[in-house]
Amino acid sequence: MREDRLMKLLVPVSREKRTLLGVAFFVVFVALWGLITWSGAVPKHFLASPWQTVQSAWDLFATQGFTHDVGMTIWRVVGGFLLAAVIAVPLGIAMGTYKPIEAFFEPFVSFARYLPASAFIPLLILWVGIGEAQKLTVIFIGCFFQLTLMITMIVSATRRDLIEAAYTLGCQDTAAIRRVVLPGAAPEIAEALRQVLGLGWTYIIVAELIGASSGIGHMITDSQALMATDNIIAGIVIIGLVGLISDLAFKKVNQRLFAWSLQR
Amino acid sequence: MSRLSIRNVGKIFPSGRRGVPPTEALKPVSLEIGDNDFITVLGPSGCGKSTLLRLVAGLETPTSGDILLDGAPISGPGADRGVVFQSYTLFPWLTVRENICFGLREKNMSAAQQREISERFIAQVGLRGFENHYPKQLSGGMQQRVAIARALANDPKILLLDEPFGALDNQTRVLMQELLLGIWEQAQKTVMFITHDIDEAIFMASRVVVMSARPGRIKAELPVDFPHPRSYTVKTSPEFMALKARLTEEIRAEAMAADH
Repeated sequence: MREDRLMKLLVPVSREKRTLLGVAFFVVFVALWGLITWSGAVPKHFLASPWQTVQSAWDLFATQGFTHDVGMTIWRVVGGFLLAAVIAVPLGIAMGTYKPIEAFFEPFVSFARYLPASAFIPLLILWVGIGEAQKLTVIFIGCFFQLTLMITMIVSATRRDLIEAAYTLGCQDTAAIRRVVLPGAAPEIAEALRQVLGLGWTYIIVAELIGASSGIGHMITDSQALMATDNIIAGIVIIGLVGLISDLAFKKVNQRLFAWSLQR
Repeated sequence: MSRLSIRNVGKIFPSGRRGVPPTEALKPVSLEIGDNDFITVLGPSGCGKSTLLRLVAGLETPTSGDILLDGAPISGPGADRGVVFQSYTLFPWLTVRENICFGLREKNMSAAQQREISERFIAQVGLRGFENHYPKQLSGGMQQRVAIARALANDPKILLLDEPFGALDNQTRVLMQELLLGIWEQAQKTVMFITHDIDEAIFMASRVVVMSARPGRIKAELPVDFPHPRSYTVKTSPEFMALKARLTEEIRAEAMAADH
């Protein structure tokens, strides 16, 4: 009897049950949303119904060139993120491996991490204008410090006994970094990149709310002026979907690349 | 002929905190290890026997004294001293074969040569069929067999083992001892083996070095003259028992000293 209970402490559920429960949430959510809007409890211009949202999403893509906006947003996120990664990955590895380098940069990076990227927007508009550079810089600031610290921590956690084993097998410092530190940290670095890319998505809309002429955030601001809640909700859902897809793709690639680090 | 000379080597670890006195792990010790000797270093836990091995490996620098390998002083870790650690130190992202080839690749050996050497050692440690397994897929005993093969594949002048079977269950440990002894009987290698297990120390050694409680120093050196090849049956012989009784007394005294 006890064995059949659904709720058991820390006991994993089967794949089918997992999918079923995951889908169930969305069904319940959309049903509640539909109930609230169709029943007239909330005025239409405050909250569009699910069906209306789907229709406007279709309309956005089909007639209003929304594909271009989505493309612009993706390019800004990916561009800013890649810029951050290109510097943060080597810097984080250097900081994690060599403690004097960490001692030099760590206090500043730790401080900078708590500066909200969105607070820089007014300053960045003064410095680099309202063009693409401003959007990329916001994403860069949002991702860079976080990523640097995460990678420093991951690399610092490299097992010392593995480094020692490499030394006794004939490695010098550079070889030990290349053949032990990097491959050992790679799966977690990839995981950190995945998480920080997600962070990038949360910053982009704020960057696009001010002084943008394209992008999902720009569409959302425009729709606010028109009280087109259906468009706003469609925009939000699409950000979620794009984020989810990029996250899943990233996860798949990581699993393929680092099969050795997965559980047996 | 002495392959490894340890001359008045002592080690003091600074405490790192003001007001806390430094720890003397090893009182200056001297030890000569001859070519093809199998030395086991026996001592209670915390006696500095691992420190001695790490000094020979070059992973620590002595506070005093010199260590010479074939007459040349040791200044850091290197491929001429192979080490098998107590913890499992296979590279988890490399297969069994890639782990064994790790040092060979560092020497820029050709792929064909790497394959030939790894093939030989995989067979010697009985891991045929596991070449492409990852360490995670192996038992503790198998992992240590790979670690031994990895160290031997580099053809070091001396093989250093730091309680390599300490984490294994008793049955596996006994089998591993026979495996290592068999390899040594065949290949003739100079070996320094650290352990706290008296049976293990006697069974494999040509000489047992007993260390005192911290700060470690060498208390006794006993030759073990059982003929080779040795079989596990030697462990029940009266000579073995006598040696074991004597070492038990030595270690017991030290363990009690360490406790007080």
